[in-house]
Amino acid sequence: MTVIRTLDKDKMDVAEGSYAVAHAVKVCRPNVISAYPITPQTHIVEDLSQFMADGKIPNCEYITVESEFSALSALVGSAAAGARCYSATTSQGLELMHEVLFNVSGMRLPIVMTIANRAVSAPINIWNDQQDSISQRDTGWIQMYAEDLQEISDMTAQAYKVAEDKDVMMPAMTCMDGFILSHVYEPVVLLEQDLVDEYLPAYEPEYSLDPKNPLTFGAFADPTVYTEFRYLQQQAMDNALPKIEEAANEFYEIFGRYYGGLIDEYETEDADIILMAMGSLVGTIRDVVDKLRAKGVKVGLLKVRTFRPFPAEAIKNVIKDAKVVVALDKNISLGLNEGSLFTETKASLYNTKVDVPIVGRMIGHGGRDIPEKTIEDIVEEAKGIISSGINTESKYADLKEELL
Amino acid sequence: MKSLFTSGHRGCAGCCDAMVAKFTLMAAGEDCIIISPTGCLEVMSTPYPETSWEVPWVHSLFENAGAVASGVEAALKAMGNKGDTKVIALAGDGATLDIGMRSISGAFERGHDITYVCIDNEAYMNTGVQRSGATPFDASTTTSPAGKVSYGNPRPKKNMPAIMAAHGSPYIATTSLGYPRDMIKKIKKATEIEGPTYIHAHAPCTTGWGFDTSKTVEVAKLAVQTGLWPLYEMENGEVTKVRKIGKQKKPVEDYLKMQKRFKHLFKMEGGEEQLKLIQALADKNIEDFGLE
Ligand SMILES: Cc1ncc(C[n+]2csc(CCOP(=O)(O)OP(=O)(O)O)c2C)c(N)n1
Ligand code: SF4
Ligand SMILES: [Mg+2]
Repeated sequence: MTVIRTLDKDKMDVAEGSYAVAHAVKVCRPNVISAYPITPQTHIVEDLSQFMADGKIPNCEYITVESEFSALSALVGSAAAGARCYSATTSQGLELMHEVLFNVSGMRLPIVMTIANRAVSAPINIWNDQQDSISQRDTGWIQMYAEDLQEISDMTAQAYKVAEDKDVMMPAMTCMDGFILSHVYEPVVLLEQDLVDEYLPAYEPEYSLDPKNPLTFGAFADPTVYTEFRYLQQQAMDNALPKIEEAANEFYEIFGRYYGGLIDEYETEDADIILMAMGSLVGTIRDVVDKLRAKGVKVGLLKVRTFRPFPAEAIKNVIKDAKVVVALDKNISLGLNEGSLFTETKASLYNTKVDVPIVGRMIGHGGRDIPEKTIEDIVEEAKGIISSGINTESKYADLKEELL
Repeated sequence: MKSLFTSGHRGCAGCCDAMVAKFTLMAAGEDCIIISPTGCLEVMSTPYPETSWEVPWVHSLFENAGAVASGVEAALKAMGNKGDTKVIALAGDGATLDIGMRSISGAFERGHDITYVCIDNEAYMNTGVQRSGATPFDASTTTSPAGKVSYGNPRPKKNMPAIMAAHGSPYIATTSLGYPRDMIKKIKKATEIEGPTYIHAHAPCTTGWGFDTSKTVEVAKLAVQTGLWPLYEMENGEVTKVRKIGKQKKPVEDYLKMQKRFKHLFKMEGGEEQLKLIQALADKNIEDFGLE
C-alpha cells in the first residue's frame, strides 16, 4: 500500500490549506458551524464566514460564539437537534474545550472538528507541534493526522462518513500541522460537490431533540449503569477501525485518491529500519527514505494516519520484521519523557510475539524546523541500535544543549 | 391540564426547582425544547433510565446552557424546523450568574430566539449549599458560614436582571414561586417575544435555606412583601411594570426569622445592626422600583 493519487491537473487549483479545508467543509453540507478564531486556525473560519456571507452554504447557520468552550457547547445542542456540525480550533482553544470534548463523545454526537495543530502555552508559542490534540486523546474523539493539503481536505469528508456511521457515532478530529499545512499554498483538487454528495449521504440521526417525539439527552448515570456507557464508547471506537479503512477505500473508488486508512507504508517491505510518524513530518521522511534508499540503506516509513482508535494490529503487522523502529513524536508526556506514538506502540507490542527494538525521538516542538539532516542522523543512530542495542530509549532529537 | 414534568423525581419534598420546572412547562406547552445545565434539577429529574420530562430535554455541562440553547436554536433554524418551537434554558443561579456567565452573555449578545429561566435558590444546592453570586447578604452557607467573626455571606446579590438588560434583551422579568400565576404569565410572555428573553425566578429551597417543606410559597411571598425580592418587568431596557407591595409591606425580620440560614443574626452580638443593613437593602428596592 502506498499513496495513490490520480491527480487530474485540469482539476487542480492552487489553494491555501485552510481554504481547501473550508471548501471541503462547505461541500459536506454542514447545518451548523460554530467556531472561535485562534492562530493558525483562523483562515479556516474566515473562509467559512465568507462562504456564509456569499450565501454559498445552504441550510446552514454560523454561530459566532464568544469562546471555544461555547463553540463546542453550541454544537452539543445543534447535534442533539439533528444537525451536521463543524468546528475548528487549535492549542489553547482546544484545551479550553477539554470538558466539552468528553461530553460530545459521551453523548455520541458525530461532530467533526479540524485541529490546526499548535504548541501549548507556557511559554506561549503559536507554531506547530501536536501536543494540543495528543493531550486530548482520552476524550473519546477519533483522531486522524494528515500529511498534506489534499489529504486534510479529503479527510474532512471521510471523517463525517466514519463519525456518522450508525455503528460508530463518535466525534472526529482531523488534524493538520499548523502553518506547515494551514498556511501553505499547494496545487490541490478542491472537493467536487457532486462527488461528495455521492460519497457522503445526508446525516439522518436515529435520535434528536424533537417536540413530536420527546426524549431526554444527557441524563444522569449512577454507578449501576455508568460503566456500560463507557464500554459502549470503547466498542464504538473498535467499530471505527474497519470503518476508517472502508471510508478510505470508498473514497478511492469515487475520487481516485488514497492515503491509507489507519496507516500507510512506504518502502517498509524489506526495511531494517522503520521510522513512524504522524502529520506533515511524514512528507519529510519520505524524501529522506528516497535519498537513503538510493545509497542502499534499508529504511522505510510507517505513517500513522489514525491515532484514535489506535491501530495496534496494523502497526504490528508492518513493523514485526524490522530490526529497529523509531517513533517520532511532536509531543511529550512530561514526567515520562516519551511521546505518545512511542509509548503506545511500545505498549501494544508487549504480550505479543513481536520483539523489535523500538525507540522514541521527540522532535519539532513549538515549530522547530525539522531539516532532513535531523532525520538522517536519527537513521544513523538507528543503525547503531541494530548492531549494539538500545542506548537511550527516548529523548529529544533536536535539543540545543547550549541553551540549557 | 397534563403536567409535562412528571412526579417520581428525586427532588426533596417541596422542591423549588421542580416547581419552577412545572410552571415553566405549563407556560410553554408541548412545543418546546428544554436545556438544563448541571444542578439539582438535572440530577433529580433524569436518573437514567428514568426521566421526568415529557418534552425534549438536554443536559450538557454546568457552565454552558446559554451556548447549548444557542446551538439548538441555530440547528432548528438551519434545518427549517424552528416553527413555533420554544427553546428554553432552565438553569440554577450558580449555572447562570457565576460559571455560565460567559455563555449566557454570548447567547444574548448574539440575539438567539431563546428564553432563559434562572431558578434562583440563592446557592449551589446540588453540591451542598455553597454560596453563589446570588446568595444574599449575611446568609450562612457552607462556604460563607456564620462564625465568631462572620455574619455569613459578605456581599449582596449580583444584579443579574440588570446585566441581562444591558445586553439589549427585549424582555426581562423577575418572578417568584410565591406567585405561580405571575410566573406562568411572564414565562409565557417571554417565550412569545422574539429574541433572547430572561426570567429570574426567586425559588426558596427548603433544604438549603432551612424551613419546613410546607412553607416554600410563604417564604417566597415574604421575600416579595418585604421588598427584598422586587417583582418587575423590563421591556427593551425600561422597567414597564412592577408589583406594588402596598399595605402588605412587612419588616425583613418576618422573612429572615423563618430561615435557618439567617438565624445567627438573631443570636449574635451585632446582629441587630446587620438586620438594619438588610432592611436598608429592602427599603432601597422599594424606593428604586416604586413598590410602595
Ligand atoms: C465545571 C463544574 N464545576 C463544578 C461542578 C459541581 N457542581 C455541580 S452542580 C453545582 C451547583 C449548582 O448550583 P445551581 O446552578 O445554583 O443549581 P441548584 O443545584 O442550586 O439548583 C456545582 C458546583 C460541576 N458539575 N462542573
Ligand atoms: S436541595 Fe433544594 S433545589 Fe435541591 S432538590 Fe432539594 S429542594 Fe430542590
Ligand atoms: Mg442554586
